[in-house]
Amino acid sequence: MNHFVIVDVTLRDGIADPEGSTIERALPALGFAGVTNVHAGKSFRLDVDAPNEAAALEKATALAERLLSNPVIENATARIATRG
Amino acid sequence: MVRIGVVVFPGSNCEYDAASGAAQLGAQAEFVWHSATDLSGFDGIILPGGFAHGDYLRPGALARFSPVMEAVARFAHDGGPVLGICNGFQVLCESGLLPGALQKNRGLTFLCQATTLVVTSTDSVLTSAATLGQELVIPINHFSGAYTCDDATLRALRENDRVVLRYKENPNGSRDDIAGVANGAGNVVGLMPHPERAMSTLLGSADGRVLLESFVTSNVTSNVAVA
Repeated sequence: MNHFVIVDVTLRDGIADPEGSTIERALPALGFAGVTNVHAGKSFRLDVDAPNEAAALEKATALAERLLSNPVIENATARIATRG
Repeated sequence: MVRIGVVVFPGSNCEYDAASGAAQLGAQAEFVWHSATDLSGFDGIILPGGFAHGDYLRPGALARFSPVMEAVARFAHDGGPVLGICNGFQVLCESGLLPGALQKNRGLTFLCQATTLVVTSTDSVLTSAATLGQELVIPINHFSGAYTCDDATLRALRENDRVVLRYKENPNGSRDDIAGVANGAGNVVGLMPHPERAMSTLLGSADGRVLLESFVTSNVTSNVAVA
């Protein structure tokens, strides 16, 4: 059966995040004060066919580590979610 | 005659320049479609610039899984010279054939300009004909060209003399001003600048010639070494 999985990909600590810092610098001009530590990343939504949630998660994690993220600069986390 | 294979992915766009550059230096350049699985008979392989597979996900992330990349890995493992230019460098990093990764430029600006490079190692198939400290004017043309790697990798690159080219003035935020790196054996090299676009003073610079000449002539020595 299909399991809905969300994979988040974010830059590893210590890796420069020009997108995040550009967004952060733009915030005061838009009236959003007091927002710091902005980081940009990617989010993927997948339907994974597997017998159970654990197996789906394992499959999605492998996929996330092999393709969706570059382990040299990024971390990937997969989680089971409900569509809504 | 030296035979150079220029790999063409869907979305490559510098393959003609790369083939022309190799041909101008006396090599026979042939295009190799990314579905190819056999690279026998070639003396060197170039992964050219462009947007392989649209650069979707990350530059090089999908190209890494093109069938030809297994053949490129075998070719490299056997000591064959492999050169990745711009997008080709990104593909080599994603494939694990070179260390590190290429990130979006500092300032999030697409950069298309001449840069001055400094040759910081001549121990590679791309720089063997150059001299240490030689300055070369070669254009860059990229959005994701900021070289990055962790501290341990950087230390290893420095200690083993694997940084072959550095920017004189860092244009994109690359770590340690790195413009090009080589693998341990020196037969796999990647760089963000485009030597194939610096082949004639009439078009701005001929400084790319010494690099491509190194690459084209490296075949002879490396083939002997492999044999």
